[in-house]
Amino acid sequence: MNNILNQIGIENYIFLSVILFCIGVFGVLYRRNAIIVFMSIEIMLNAVNLLFVAFSTYHQDAQGQVFVFFSMAVAAAEVAVGLAILVSIFKNLGSIDINNLKNLKG
Amino acid sequence: MSSILIIFGVLAAITIATAFLTIYSRNPIHSAIYLVICFFSIAGHYLLLNAQFLAIVHIIVYSGAIMILFLFTIMLMNLNKENEVHKPRITRLGAIVSFCLISLVLIAIFVNSKPITDGSYDVLGEDYQSIKVLGKVLLNEYMVPFEFASILLLVAMIGTVLLSKKEKSEK
Amino acid sequence: MEKNLALVLVLAPFLGFLFNVFFGKKAGKNIVGIIGTLSVAVSFAVSLYFFLQINETKKPIIIDLFDWFSLQSFKINFGFLLDQLSLLWLLFVTGIGALIHLYSISYMHDDENMHKFFAYLNLFIFFMITLVIGSNLLVMFIGWEGVGLCSYLLIGFWHKNQDYNDAAKKAFIMNRIGDLGFLIGIFTIGFLFSTIDFVDLKEVVLGGTNSGNTLWIGIAALALFIGASGKSAQIPLYTWLPDAMAGPTPVSALIHAATMVTAGIFMITRMNFLFEMAPLIQNIIAIVGAVTALVAATIGLVQNDIKKVLAYSTVSQLGLMFLALGLGAYEVAVFHVITHAFFKACLFLGSGSVIHALHGEQDMRKMGGLKNVMKITFVTFLIASLAISGIPPFSGFFSKDEILMIAFENNITLWIIASLASIMTAFYMFRLLYLTFFKEFRGTEEQKHHLHESPSLITFPLIVLAILAAIGGLISLPGNSWLHEYLAPVLPAVINEEHAFGTTEYMLMTIAVIGGLIGIGIAFAKYIKQNQVPKEDAQIVGFSKILYNKYYVDEFYELIIVKPINVLSNFFRDTIETALSAVVFGFGKAAEAVGTKGKILQNGSIGFYLFAFVLGVCAILTCLFLAK
Repeated sequence: MNNILNQIGIENYIFLSVILFCIGVFGVLYRRNAIIVFMSIEIMLNAVNLLFVAFSTYHQDAQGQVFVFFSMAVAAAEVAVGLAILVSIFKNLGSIDINNLKNLKG
Repeated sequence: MSSILIIFGVLAAITIATAFLTIYSRNPIHSAIYLVICFFSIAGHYLLLNAQFLAIVHIIVYSGAIMILFLFTIMLMNLNKENEVHKPRITRLGAIVSFCLISLVLIAIFVNSKPITDGSYDVLGEDYQSIKVLGKVLLNEYMVPFEFASILLLVAMIGTVLLSKKEKSEK
Repeated sequence: MEKNLALVLVLAPFLGFLFNVFFGKKAGKNIVGIIGTLSVAVSFAVSLYFFLQINETKKPIIIDLFDWFSLQSFKINFGFLLDQLSLLWLLFVTGIGALIHLYSISYMHDDENMHKFFAYLNLFIFFMITLVIGSNLLVMFIGWEGVGLCSYLLIGFWHKNQDYNDAAKKAFIMNRIGDLGFLIGIFTIGFLFSTIDFVDLKEVVLGGTNSGNTLWIGIAALALFIGASGKSAQIPLYTWLPDAMAGPTPVSALIHAATMVTAGIFMITRMNFLFEMAPLIQNIIAIVGAVTALVAATIGLVQNDIKKVLAYSTVSQLGLMFLALGLGAYEVAVFHVITHAFFKACLFLGSGSVIHALHGEQDMRKMGGLKNVMKITFVTFLIASLAISGIPPFSGFFSKDEILMIAFENNITLWIIASLASIMTAFYMFRLLYLTFFKEFRGTEEQKHHLHESPSLITFPLIVLAILAAIGGLISLPGNSWLHEYLAPVLPAVINEEHAFGTTEYMLMTIAVIGGLIGIGIAFAKYIKQNQVPKEDAQIVGFSKILYNKYYVDEFYELIIVKPINVLSNFFRDTIETALSAVVFGFGKAAEAVGTKGKILQNGSIGFYLFAFVLGVCAILTCLFLAK
């Protein structure tokens, strides 16, 4: 049984993951809507997860996938809490434009 | 060109395209839908790499839970139409600059690190990632983090509930 | 046993000091006085015991308390050396100290800070004892500094008057100048001989391999002499002593007549072996002593404050003692120290009695005719005056005569100077006596009504001291000197030859006595026969004015030393201080500027923070990558 990476090549996965991550970064910096920012963060997390799984296949080791498992758990928790905060902000300020969140100035 | 490579290429294209569209579209609902499609394509990648358990979990957790949360929040805030003022020019420029910068850095690092082998990837010959093996590894070596993950989720739940409570003094 | 007794000796006055400081105010004036006097009396008893012991065994008692600090080749102990010299000093320091404590109980009775006074007096006795029985130069220096401190505290005792405070500061600062010399001397000696313990030093110096070091030994001796002249008020560091009369009279009697000012002589006598190796310095000491004696005597001729006359008299007598030291006659100097202590203390206490009766009046032009009212004071004062004038058979005659004899043997000029000083001493002492006690009272009617003899606590010490001044000469009669025998182990062997008594000596004695009588006669003629009274301040002209203003030495010092230092201080404050402050504050200002600029980074916008975040991650990755 051959390693599937023989046919795809690990560098492809690396590039894919890097580009996905950079798209996520771009999204974080570019958009003003806090929800979209969150989604960009999810993209970043997924990029990393993808890379972990690719390397798990590369090393033929299950530990990479275990880490992905935990990463997903953390991502879920983070989204829950983050959205709760966002809803509170929306209730207080009326909009979710991150440029309005400037009270900690100076 | 082997078929697997074609499948990989298609999946990768879908992933990148939807990710880009997520951040590019005006309507947040559209962004959410694009993101769901992106997650599905990543699950396809996982299947390609023979990580079945992870693929299913990915779909359930991300598409089935997280994106639902996002959609609920978007609908709660009535963000159907979005008239977002553009950010000042310098910010957009800064964003593009940093995008290029970080992509360059990361690629450079990966390219110049330990050289990718010449194409012969080792094969263990035995099952290393089926759900049985995964379960064993998870519950033997990673028992403590496993338990902690459950506590983490508990804490997140409590936090979320607390954050959403109405303040009695304010009303 | 001896160690414990020595500790009692030293610590009894210190415990008295502590008691008076902490409980004095509550305990009340009587208890304070009794405790103060008792602690000194205890020290006197212990020193008497040791004295009798040493008189028999003739061996010094060395007590080591602890190792103070020890370098590789240089060890300094903290210990006591009780030998003949220190015990002699201890006896009269504690004895006269106890008498003066007794006197102060009555004299300071009306003062509200009496407990402080006794505390300071006790502290002074403690430090003086430490000075006298220290076994090495550093322990002596502790006592040296301590007595300077107590002198400052006691001179400025009535601190509400700024003039008194200035006098106290002047005394302390001049003492400090001398102390610098003393320290330089200690360092030089330590450097030369690797020890500063007296017993060890004597062995090393007399051991005799030091002829190549004469320059350094001379420097050490000169430095020590400067220290001694600061403490014992010789030229040029004598101007503090007349100003120190601002303190209460018991202070003047104790410190500035009998004990502290003799510390310089004590130190030189202790280090006699060193001075013997520096004959040039000895000559300097003799000349300085003689000149001081003459100059101070001339100033004393025209002073009108009763205590200032006595102060200049003290400086003059100290000059005579230094003359004797400079000529190598250490035991003669010690003898004069002892007799001077007796009669000068008696004179000061007597003047205190007069001042007390006149409620603070110190100007002799307003006194007079007191001999019928204050009989005991008058008689004791008369005895002490006769003693200081050198009239036989009182003690002053014997000691002063020995000094004149030694001076005559060595250098006629010095003998002439010393004799002139003695004649003037007799004159101004009897001038003081006549103006104060004879003729009619020149003060106010109010004072005349209140004139009475002082209470017994005041007159008792006067009587004791007058008796001692009268018979004190017995300890060193010419030809049969107990003191000579007693001090022989401590002093150099060369000078111990007794000269036979021939016609020269008898002639010199007669000349000295006649000189004294001439002085008394002139005073008698002026103030009794011609009934003269000294002029008011505004009417003094001519040479008298120069003398009255002390040769303007104080003004000279002010011009030459004090003003330049003030200018220098102002310079430092104005330029250097501001520059340094600018530098120090500049650091603060720089930090503040950086902070103000850096505040811009914290503008609160999340977008900016995220941007910075990404940049930071890139930077770290690049660095890590490049570092490989």
